[in-house]
Amino acid sequence: MNKVSLNINGITVKADKGATILKAAQDAGIYIPTLCHCPDVSSIGVCRLCLVRIKNRRRFEPACRTIIEEGMVVVTDDPEIQRLRQVILELILSDHDFNCLLCPKSGQCRLQELVNRIGFNEHRFSRLEHVAKDLPIDTSNPFFDFNPNKCVQCTICVRTCHEITGNDAIDMAYRSYDLRVSTFADKPIKESVCVSCGECMERCPVGALIPKKVEHPTREVKTTCPYCGVGCGLYLGIRGNTIVRARGDDESPVNHGGLCVRGRFGYSFVNSPDRLSIPLMRAYDEYAKPSSVVEVTEEGRPITLPLVKRDGKFVEITWDQAIKYVASSLAHYKGDKIAAISSARCTNEENYLFQKFTRVVLKTNNIDHCARL
Amino acid sequence: MGKSVSIQSIEAYKIDSAESLVLLRETLLADQNKTVKLVNVCCGSGCMSSGSEQVREAFISGIKGLELEDEIKVKKTGCHGFCERGPIVVVGPENIFYQHVTKEDVPEIISETLLEDRVVKRLLYEDPVTGQKCFHENDIPFYKKQKRIVLKNCGNIDPTSIEDYIKVDGFQAFAKILSQMAPEGVIEEIKLSGLRGRGGAGFPTGIKWETARNVSSEEKYIICNGDEGDPGAFMDRSVMEGDPYSVIEGMMIAGYAIGASQGIIYVRAEYPLAVHHLSTAIARATDMGLLGHNIMGRGFDFVIKVVKGAGAFVCGEETALIASIEGKSGRPKPKPPFPAIQGLWGKPTVINNVETLANVSRIILNGHEWYSQIGTATDKGTKIFSLVGKVRNVGLVEVEMGTTLREIIFDIGGGIQGGKDFKAVQTGGPSGGCIPEELLDLPVGYESLAKAGSIIGSGGMLVMDEDTCIVNIARYFLDFARNESCGQCTPCRLGTKQMFNILQDITRGKGRPGDIEILLELSDAVKQGSLCGLGMTVPNPVLSTIRYFRKEYEEHILEGRCRALVCRALIFYRIKDYRCKACMKCLHACPVDAIVGAKWQVHEIDQSKCIKCGTCMEVCPKRFNAVECVTGKIENSGDKGE
Repeated sequence: MNKVSLNINGITVKADKGATILKAAQDAGIYIPTLCHCPDVSSIGVCRLCLVRIKNRRRFEPACRTIIEEGMVVVTDDPEIQRLRQVILELILSDHDFNCLLCPKSGQCRLQELVNRIGFNEHRFSRLEHVAKDLPIDTSNPFFDFNPNKCVQCTICVRTCHEITGNDAIDMAYRSYDLRVSTFADKPIKESVCVSCGECMERCPVGALIPKKVEHPTREVKTTCPYCGVGCGLYLGIRGNTIVRARGDDESPVNHGGLCVRGRFGYSFVNSPDRLSIPLMRAYDEYAKPSSVVEVTEEGRPITLPLVKRDGKFVEITWDQAIKYVASSLAHYKGDKIAAISSARCTNEENYLFQKFTRVVLKTNNIDHCARL
Repeated sequence: MGKSVSIQSIEAYKIDSAESLVLLRETLLADQNKTVKLVNVCCGSGCMSSGSEQVREAFISGIKGLELEDEIKVKKTGCHGFCERGPIVVVGPENIFYQHVTKEDVPEIISETLLEDRVVKRLLYEDPVTGQKCFHENDIPFYKKQKRIVLKNCGNIDPTSIEDYIKVDGFQAFAKILSQMAPEGVIEEIKLSGLRGRGGAGFPTGIKWETARNVSSEEKYIICNGDEGDPGAFMDRSVMEGDPYSVIEGMMIAGYAIGASQGIIYVRAEYPLAVHHLSTAIARATDMGLLGHNIMGRGFDFVIKVVKGAGAFVCGEETALIASIEGKSGRPKPKPPFPAIQGLWGKPTVINNVETLANVSRIILNGHEWYSQIGTATDKGTKIFSLVGKVRNVGLVEVEMGTTLREIIFDIGGGIQGGKDFKAVQTGGPSGGCIPEELLDLPVGYESLAKAGSIIGSGGMLVMDEDTCIVNIARYFLDFARNESCGQCTPCRLGTKQMFNILQDITRGKGRPGDIEILLELSDAVKQGSLCGLGMTVPNPVLSTIRYFRKEYEEHILEGRCRALVCRALIFYRIKDYRCKACMKCLHACPVDAIVGAKWQVHEIDQSKCIKCGTCMEVCPKRFNAVECVTGKIENSGDKGE
């Protein structure tokens, strides 16, 4: 039902109606090089690397934008297309600051992949003028840098900001050779309306938008973002015992791979020496009479146990003791004597449980939430 | 409504039916016969810049001084096309054609021609070949071979006066379709006429209209593309300035045909006079009831507004033009979807060039049979070319399709200035190619020019003589292309830049063997890979010059010679010692003291200091003629420099 069959490189391929040639080819395992294509945003067909030959069409058409038709005959690779792609790639390289050895994107760079797949004519490439644009690198954003000298003008970042984030902090400015990604009035990114969500950085095919600190994780852990009640799915990239990156979980029904600035960049607290991971108890409280206490003596050590304050100091106690203390304290209050307020950093489930606990156990409707403004 | 209209009430006259239009026309024509003499002063941009406004004022004050305002009327008209000879004044009733008129000539014209019916012979056009004086426009060879359909009214009517336009059958075609033809019939008529878009691509106008007609949508738009950006082309400007009502009528007919109720004229902001005339015309037509609601009582609504462009060449491309009107930056979008299906604000939009729309009312009025007889089997009608460059008669010419380039350049254009040799003609602006002498007998048409590696384009025609360096011309057009590229697609943004660099190196004497092949490969990639029409065509100047003048490229690269003596790095000046009389003129004139010598001592140019400004050659007395400009390797110069 609603399948269209077409011929790609002599192979009959069936694909959904309304799909592009690129999608049909990719599903059939046929490679078509792309640079400005990003499946998350609309295609505009400007890099011109995915041009394919379609029978009975006058010109090459971009595979990323051309919708398949019944009986279409497509050739994705022949010597002429090959040469055209090589020239286009050489032109992109001639304008790219390709110091790959020092580039953090090396290894994950789409341009490198394209050079490997398409190749280039060294003689012709050497005759082109290699221009180092030498534009200033925008380091104003605290989380990522923008290096316009490495930018290939694919506009994926612009489309991401417009279509996914809906923020329109950046757009393509100027024209001809001066075309570049710019904020309103060409201000530094930090002074624009950018919310630093990093969606653009995540999709940049080259090293133009890169995080401030790049470390490659050795393994990933699937988890839920702890910052707010939305509960975005998250993969934390771990290297050794440290979190070095975070990325959205594409399969999460909550965020479909998207993240905000907190989820994407706000993980350094996990390994912070100043981190406080547990509730505190005050020593002057008469209910707090821990049987055995160990006083904190070493400064700067991450606290792994509940603390009790005694003589102006916090002292470590066990979780059992802490919970027992809270439970016994709450047992004294019922009804209008008590009000409860919960946190936006709790998950929906936690918040639900908390209001249930307040209403049923504490027998009061005095329950509120910090995000209720 | 009474049977006749009194002239006093024309200002407030409303055209509410086809009959009232006819009535107005008859009244105006009857009134016209009362005016005895007419002085038509051309106030197109060309003549204005050579002082026609002062000429007009001189006429008005001169006639006022004689108290003859009722017998002699001074009229401001649009461009006659013969801009080389401006300011142009046509004096009725004999329609004597005066050229190069200055305000000092005005009293003589008034006293001789207007009062005594004698001709001022010195202001007449003189045929350079026969030496014969031409009294009327039609006697002049420049006009003889032309066939003026679109430019028919330009130069004859006052572009700001709707009455003038109505007198020359204005709005008759519109009244005809409104009362007699169904929209489908109009489209059929245009299709049968064979009219093709005059903006450059030559897409059949009728098919474009039909596509938009067949899309169902609550709103549709007609856009008139007046963003004439080709260097040297000014036919659209002349039509908008000289005959704005015919553009408006064309849009109204197109609007009726496709079912649009809104029209937009997109004009370059660099054409203030065109904007002014169009705005005046729209306001007058609206006042008269020709634009607005329920026009002529037929239930058809149509309004037009003018949008000024911001000066980007690429906004002449349909999708970029739409983006520009929508307030976005003018960058083309990939097609499909075509504007006729999804255009301005996502609604079906027909974009037609000014010249195309000006043809429409003529076709409707005279029928498709009349129109399809003009031109050739494949290309119908006429085309306006702006003939510029080293040709003797610079100006606008409208010729039948199929006229040969030789006829246009030599018969109409009068040949090359200064008796030089013809070298090439560049048609179609930056998107076109250079056509050499051996192809001069090529009939102009969409396909014939495309086969020769060029295009009709918007109709620019740049004539070059033997003093033009062909590589430099290619470099010039590539410079234009690389600056005007919108930059979004890779081949056009970077390819044009690299091509320009190579061409610049060649003209600077840094060409290397193999440059031609790389230029060809890059041109091919830009042509095939680019997204819009700009990228697809801008390599044409390079491709065509390599095709026809490869030898000249090779001379530049391999021999370091520029035969036209244009590329400064490849030429040098030297003093012929046997002719030099040691007069010290050049020695004193040289700005960099590169000339050595003294009184009684033959001068010599120190090539290491020379900046090749050519001053020595200019100041050397003609009778000595001792300085010459040579191309090639510097030889036998006194100082060996480095």
